[in-house]
Amino acid sequence: MTGGKELFAEIDSPAKLAKISEICRAAFARQKTRFLICAGTGCVAMGSLPVLAEFKRQIAERGLAVDVEMLFEGREAVTAAAGSGCHGFCEKGPLVRVEPQGIFYNKVKAEDVAEILAASLDQNSIVERLLYKNPDGSPCLTVHEVPFYSGQTRNVLERCGLIDPEDIREYFAHDGYQALAKALREYTPEQVIEIVSRSNLRGRGGAGFTTGKKWATCRRAPGDTKYVVCNCDEGDPGAFMDRSVLEADPHAVLEGMAIAAYAVGAERGFLYVRAEYPLAVARLQKAMEQAIKWKVLGENIMGCGFNFYPEIFQGAGAFVCGEETSLLASLEGGRGMPRMKPPFPAEEGLWKRPTVLNNVKTLAKVPKIIDQGADWFAATGTVKSPGTAVFALTGKIKNSGLIEVPMGITLREIVYGIGGGIINDGKFKAVQTGGPSGGCLPEELLELEVDFDSLRSAGSMMGSGGMVVLDEKSCMVDIARYFLEFTVHESCGQCTPCRDGIWQMLHILNDITAGKGRPEDLALLEEMGKSIIAGAICGLGKTAPNPVLSTLRYFRPEYEAHIQDKACPALNCQELIAYQIDPNKCKACGRCRKECPVEAIKGEKKTPHVIEQSKCCKCGICLETCPAKFSAVSKITGKHGDGSLASIDR
Amino acid sequence: MAAIFSRFKGRREELIPILQAVQEKFSYLPEEAMQQVARFISVSESRVYGAATFYSQFYFTQRGKHNIKVCCGTACHVKGAKSILEAFERELGVASGGTTEDFKYNLERVACIGSCALAPVVMVDDTVYGHMEARRVTECLKTDPDSKL
Repeated sequence: MTGGKELFAEIDSPAKLAKISEICRAAFARQKTRFLICAGTGCVAMGSLPVLAEFKRQIAERGLAVDVEMLFEGREAVTAAAGSGCHGFCEKGPLVRVEPQGIFYNKVKAEDVAEILAASLDQNSIVERLLYKNPDGSPCLTVHEVPFYSGQTRNVLERCGLIDPEDIREYFAHDGYQALAKALREYTPEQVIEIVSRSNLRGRGGAGFTTGKKWATCRRAPGDTKYVVCNCDEGDPGAFMDRSVLEADPHAVLEGMAIAAYAVGAERGFLYVRAEYPLAVARLQKAMEQAIKWKVLGENIMGCGFNFYPEIFQGAGAFVCGEETSLLASLEGGRGMPRMKPPFPAEEGLWKRPTVLNNVKTLAKVPKIIDQGADWFAATGTVKSPGTAVFALTGKIKNSGLIEVPMGITLREIVYGIGGGIINDGKFKAVQTGGPSGGCLPEELLELEVDFDSLRSAGSMMGSGGMVVLDEKSCMVDIARYFLEFTVHESCGQCTPCRDGIWQMLHILNDITAGKGRPEDLALLEEMGKSIIAGAICGLGKTAPNPVLSTLRYFRPEYEAHIQDKACPALNCQELIAYQIDPNKCKACGRCRKECPVEAIKGEKKTPHVIEQSKCCKCGICLETCPAKFSAVSKITGKHGDGSLASIDR
Repeated sequence: MAAIFSRFKGRREELIPILQAVQEKFSYLPEEAMQQVARFISVSESRVYGAATFYSQFYFTQRGKHNIKVCCGTACHVKGAKSILEAFERELGVASGGTTEDFKYNLERVACIGSCALAPVVMVDDTVYGHMEARRVTECLKTDPDSKL
């Protein structure tokens, strides 16, 4: 820190918090122009850190660098925000936002920085070539014009990307900890539970259990020692919502946890974070230290006589620990194995004490519900599933990234509105929600209104929020097989239906994708799936057959093609496809021959090349390297009903 | 080990954080360290092993210098992660989960590293390579300063 004296005060009353918020708001308002460079995991991977460094360097060079502390002394400033959280539109990273105008630049490189600064600071103009362009080529000036953002309703992600998550004063400037102050000053714990119950907030971890009910059970449970646990063990492949919230707005989660603790009567809380999320852990750690120093967490919070001590616990790599009883076993220092319920953790949880377990996004929603009231929350979404849902929209979709939408939005609005449709204008095939516990929904269900109950009745699940879009090149049998492989690997091995049942189902699917399936396998898969759902101990086993059952329900002909025709219509299953060079198109350029890692391609100059099928490892490099103007390499699969070979264009 | 233990109270529920600290120091969990951990928190060695073997992040043999993580999450899977994993296996001559003979590389398939928008993704130590292609595998290894490829 250089420059002036750092603003710091112990917040010993809610009134003091209000005063501090006012000071922070005024101080940050002195930033005339604010460049927000996304430092979320996606943008960092695309190279946002050098962009950020370049902004800082050039702002310093212009003599405009003003320390945040100086803002508090009344200085005006232009500032480059160090590493804001995820802006969500990861596909187009590195992303830069210029506030307060909301100018949105995408795919920014370090060499673009000078131009951006000149435009914003000297010319009051915009660098058009870095703006997001609509499919028709028209540019979007501000973030509000970009369809990816304009179709969203951002409540949980409201501050994500707009504040520096490593400075608690920015959170104060955005009404941070005001809801906690309100709860402590104005409401009894019972009233807090009343408000949360009335809002009908349902758990965002996937199951959708009513949060208020959970809290009430824990409050009523006998005993003086109770705990609050935030489940940050986001393990679903294809999902990164919780991580983004933790990285971009950690105080919202901590504030929500403190309110939960006050409501149920707990003093200690644990955040169980996945080991794979080092940045989230670092940000949480920093946020916790700052909050305790400012006395909005810890002992005698804001002088209200309430104590809350959060701790971070890092997982060690076990998907099943996302299941609440497994998570608790892991917190206690043992193998993370689930147990039968009841008793539910709210009655008998960590060290046999009543424990409330909530997902990151559930807790992040709590402060605003307390602040704005139950009716405000219930006004968005559907009656039975109020509020918004956060999804990680990925797969074969044009605009992938993190989105927040009101419950009840249709799949079509998500895929074609916010998502912008399928990559390369391909054909939509299915959308997979809920990860290994969910299912695949076909085109006929694009009008389905997304909420906890509608997804479940369609054979899928809300899950923690992964939403993977699949196109016609995705094989649905392979997708089902993929998830089973995952759950077999992650099964704790405790109960037979899960340990042996899923394993057997996987073997059947392996056979089918290898062209060794039998017609009676499909009925067998369905029967086994139902038995596993009925018999497994925990959520992992009980939902593991969903990917198979839902694909059997909606994509049965594809299974039948694998079994009867020994063909993979999506040209995906390795054992059922082959690569071929069209001798009429091959110009014998030799590129594929050079690149082939297993020397399976034979050919001389001026003679069309041939793939030796017995050697081919089906890596597809020949297809990737064959110049587009020749397009001589194609994929083929087994015989179809009419005897023709299916093939796809590049 | 004494330095590690000094950060803990010796309670059972500290087992996982203790093992994480031990692994951070040695890059894996040596047998002798496991015995000391068991004594420190007053439980049997089998309990320590039981817990440690449950979690995929704990290793029991010496590890290579660089970690290559091939993401096989859903988004990466549908965009061809399998062929990228196979390309690494071919290039390094180890199966996924293995360490090269010269202890230079560990090759792992991981469930999701949360950069789905850049799928398929590979992580070499802390560097994320997005939009991977099987033919870029050698390039990925070449950028590593230790590489002789």
